[in-house]
Amino acid sequence: MRHSVALTLKKCRGCTTCIKSCPTEAIRVRNGKATILPNRCIDCGTCIQVCPHQAVRSLRSDVREALERFPYTIAVPDPALYAQFHNLNDVNIVLNGLLAIGFDDVYESAASAELLADAMDAWDQDHTTLKPEISPACPAVVRLICIRFPDLLGHLAPVITPVELAAILARRRAEEAGVPPEDIGVFSIVPCSSQVTSVSAPNGLHKKVLDGALAIRDVYLELLEPMRQLGSGDLLPLAGGRTGAGWAFSGGEALSRRDKRYIAVDGIVNVIKMLEEIEDGRMPDADFIELRACTKGCLGGCLNVENPYTAKMRLKDLMGNLPPSAPPSAKARQEVTDILESTEKPEFLPTFQLDPDRRKAMEKLMAIQQLEDRLPGLRCGSCGAPSCRAFAEDVVMGRASVDDCIFRVRARMQHMAGNTDADDYLPAPFRRRKETPAASDEEATS
Amino acid sequence: MTGDDKIHLSYQVEGGDLTRAGEASSGVKQTLRKLGIDPGTIRRVSVCMYEGEINMVIHANGGLAMVDVGLDDITITLTDFGPGIPDIDKAMQAGWSTAADSVRDLGFGAGMGLPNMKKYSDEMNIKSIVGVGTTVTMVVKIPS
Repeated sequence: MRHSVALTLKKCRGCTTCIKSCPTEAIRVRNGKATILPNRCIDCGTCIQVCPHQAVRSLRSDVREALERFPYTIAVPDPALYAQFHNLNDVNIVLNGLLAIGFDDVYESAASAELLADAMDAWDQDHTTLKPEISPACPAVVRLICIRFPDLLGHLAPVITPVELAAILARRRAEEAGVPPEDIGVFSIVPCSSQVTSVSAPNGLHKKVLDGALAIRDVYLELLEPMRQLGSGDLLPLAGGRTGAGWAFSGGEALSRRDKRYIAVDGIVNVIKMLEEIEDGRMPDADFIELRACTKGCLGGCLNVENPYTAKMRLKDLMGNLPPSAPPSAKARQEVTDILESTEKPEFLPTFQLDPDRRKAMEKLMAIQQLEDRLPGLRCGSCGAPSCRAFAEDVVMGRASVDDCIFRVRARMQHMAGNTDADDYLPAPFRRRKETPAASDEEATS
Repeated sequence: MTGDDKIHLSYQVEGGDLTRAGEASSGVKQTLRKLGIDPGTIRRVSVCMYEGEINMVIHANGGLAMVDVGLDDITITLTDFGPGIPDIDKAMQAGWSTAADSVRDLGFGAGMGLPNMKKYSDEMNIKSIVGVGTTVTMVVKIPS
């Protein structure tokens, strides 16, 4: 799998900010630079947002290059794009702006989101998905479930995103209009790194449906000038209504589903907590759970220009000017249902397993536990791992040396030098003088 | 590693703090995942653990959760020094609870804790002395 989250080593100072915020503990600092453990990364983009040196980023997208690669290029914009502009009152200006910068057609992801919501509602009537049904719309969440919550895979609705559906339908529309298939290039315009990764590694489709993804912030710059010159024209009829545009913020997808008691969770830490609860048998009393890795939903993705709060206000204003969403025709519903039928259930990826042989895995785990007991438990990050537990695992798995623990090395030096005061500042496991539990309790309360 | 070797995990469960209930379950899940234990078994263990944790938090002012992972099975031992269970057979009936109606309305004390633990484990054993405490032992077999 090709990850979109990438490091610029020149900018990385090895500060360890990213390793502690990574929800899957997928980053280590080695030789002073961060490195990503590829099979643990879910491309959620958290590291991109926390890096103080802008060393982690999503691969840069080149709009001009994308437009030149194919004779006929289709844009599939995520509705988060609409929310990036000041003083915009008409979504049509954005769509026409995309045509003005050189796209030959635009297929709104907001329009396919509405088709998807309708077809998923119909799907529920003749298929049994475990309740609560979990939304597959956030690719980072689906990858998280694959590596960390495999027992919840059965709760996922058919795994396809609005952008992927739009790409399939847009390509068909172009082919029906007589464009040779090899001439067509479909590019999504997306708010987050996980949607960039989805281009080369879709979670539920057996083949690629997009030719590339462009970051909203890169397209934004190209759009500014042409959009200024465009009036509110109806050059391109809008296909998406109010409901589809709402998918860009948390709760919007859930609202588009019919008669669903729903929960909408945003932010990767909150998502993990909710999935843990479901796994523990604490089933929330809901039919449908919308999960988004980013704060406030897709508007909080790391490739947006505007902060998610302002963006949400703007999008709501824009939605007020959009027509109410029309129910799709029976033919359109059937077409989407057929596509849902062709999706594949994503598989469990046992990336946390220590060894395929359980006996060996147990031996390794015991060695990890023993080493962890001899580490300070400070989660200081100096060794390059996010916690002493992760470090102990790295040592046992041969990914790190035990001497990478700065406290261990310091303790050894102090003891070698015969420094008798060392106990005053060394973490508990390295003290020569063993404290009685009662004494240390007293100290803590005084 | 000999056949008798087991991985020992232990967690102190704080009484009265519902917000932290589930932490032990979460820790056990992460460990079992590292051992490559199948998702279904992990799910069963996590339900048993969570229900047990909640029981200790609500009824017994906390306790100790110990998990022993062997090659063939996982043994969960929950020990508390709470009020004890006067009538274990009754406590095992689905829907039976000593919790007040007001708490039941809030979602706890539905009387499904022990029955769920029994349902999701392969063996369950309760030892309880009123006024002294309760020890619940559950065994979940790992399919080979």
